[in-house]
Amino acid sequence: MADLSGAKKTPLFDLHEELGGSLVDFAGYALPVRYPAGIMAEHIQCRESAALFDVSHMGQALLQGPDHETTAKALEALTPSAFTKLAPGRMRYSVFLNETGGIIDDFIVTRPGDPALDGTLMLVVNGACKEKDYAFLEANLPDGISLTRLDDKALLALQGPKAVDALKRHAPKADALTFMSQTPDAINGVAIGISRCGYTGEDGFEISCAADEAEALARLLLAEPEVAPAGLGARDSLRLESGLCLYGHDLDDSIDPAEADLGWAIQKSRRQDKAFPGSERILKGLEDGPARIRVGLRIIGKAPAREGAEIQDTDGNAIGVVTSGGFAPTLQAPIAMGYVPPAFAEPGTKVTIAVRKRALEAEVAPTPFVPQRYVRKP
Amino acid sequence: MTTYYSEDHEWVEVNGGVATIGITDFAQKQLGDVVFVELPEVGKELEKGDEAAVVESVKAASEVYAPIDGEVSEVNDALEEDPALVNSDAEGGAWFLKVKIADKSQLDDLMDEDAYKAFVAEQE
Repeated sequence: MADLSGAKKTPLFDLHEELGGSLVDFAGYALPVRYPAGIMAEHIQCRESAALFDVSHMGQALLQGPDHETTAKALEALTPSAFTKLAPGRMRYSVFLNETGGIIDDFIVTRPGDPALDGTLMLVVNGACKEKDYAFLEANLPDGISLTRLDDKALLALQGPKAVDALKRHAPKADALTFMSQTPDAINGVAIGISRCGYTGEDGFEISCAADEAEALARLLLAEPEVAPAGLGARDSLRLESGLCLYGHDLDDSIDPAEADLGWAIQKSRRQDKAFPGSERILKGLEDGPARIRVGLRIIGKAPAREGAEIQDTDGNAIGVVTSGGFAPTLQAPIAMGYVPPAFAEPGTKVTIAVRKRALEAEVAPTPFVPQRYVRKP
Repeated sequence: MTTYYSEDHEWVEVNGGVATIGITDFAQKQLGDVVFVELPEVGKELEKGDEAAVVESVKAASEVYAPIDGEVSEVNDALEEDPALVNSDAEGGAWFLKVKIADKSQLDDLMDEDAYKAFVAEQE
């Protein structure tokens, strides 16, 4: 049994126990790795219908300044992404950078749609990184920009092609949102924030609410016929199939965004202003190719390759390392991500992966492994 | 025919000089969906505590250690085709390997069914 003595409880702790979740300590919180249905079934539930995840461990916070331009500029100085022209109600993925251009964490920022909140940006950061992130922000934000932790908020992720059907019965505004957009709404008079985004590659939503309203909201959603609960195990296999990075595994403070193949998060205006930490290294990497780059890997056969396994060329020379690996329930095959020199990054390149005493045959593969099904502008 | 159990949640069914080894139903429930089983080569000499097999679930790899000494005489090839058999029939069709028992006295260190049931009850 997992040792949970040091783990904090999310607002859904009692519900996880009631639903028979196998709880583990993740990022300092007691969270279900799976429920009785099991990772495979929960994964498929999300791909085919809708799954509800408790992601209340993640850090929710506000950055507040006098106006949007000022707050956005302050955040831009710590990241390679552009926020000044982010439209009200829209969201963007980015990373915090250290002085050498390494990634401190990845996060999502939302510009609220309400004009009364001009100058406010909402952040969602990784649970395991939030203390580090908040300390970094406190140390690096200019005067006049404040950070407010929203530790009294819960966060639920409702993910899957039928998530919209379940949610719109209670929150009618959900239907009109497009991918990476956010709106306030209310369910039974309880204020919620709905974001059309997620970490599964499926259409879906993240719903923020007051901690003490979270259990009632979760029960309401679980009562919908499309919805079943899913744990961290399925969340991990879903994001891996979707080619999405997990901080602490595929990303860390030695890896820069060019190496991580996150060039899409560096908008043109930032490539021109070059005003972010490590810009020289990162822009050179984008231009000439970095020393190593994140790739997808399809493994031939059934044996999975896990994080830490060595990637070799076909002559057995070490060329890189697996950063995430597991079994893809949708593909019924093992998949992985890892870092290799650009000369090996072309899809179809044959490599081997050392697993125990075996050399597994593998091939560099495009990501996402399973097509993403986001609902973009009509 | 007697069945013994290890603290690592293996079952050992003794039939003459041959032991059939698998993992218990409790173990498969802990592992979750099994997606791959790596079995040893036939002829391999195992010592008690050696890594005999590896079970991969969606999430993680787990070692199966030899509960006794012995030479591997047969492995269950059906697990290659259908690893999920470990979830559906752990203590039957999903046996892992058979060994020629090298030292019968090692069986005395294992538990009988009642002792194993009590051991599992403590863990639950």
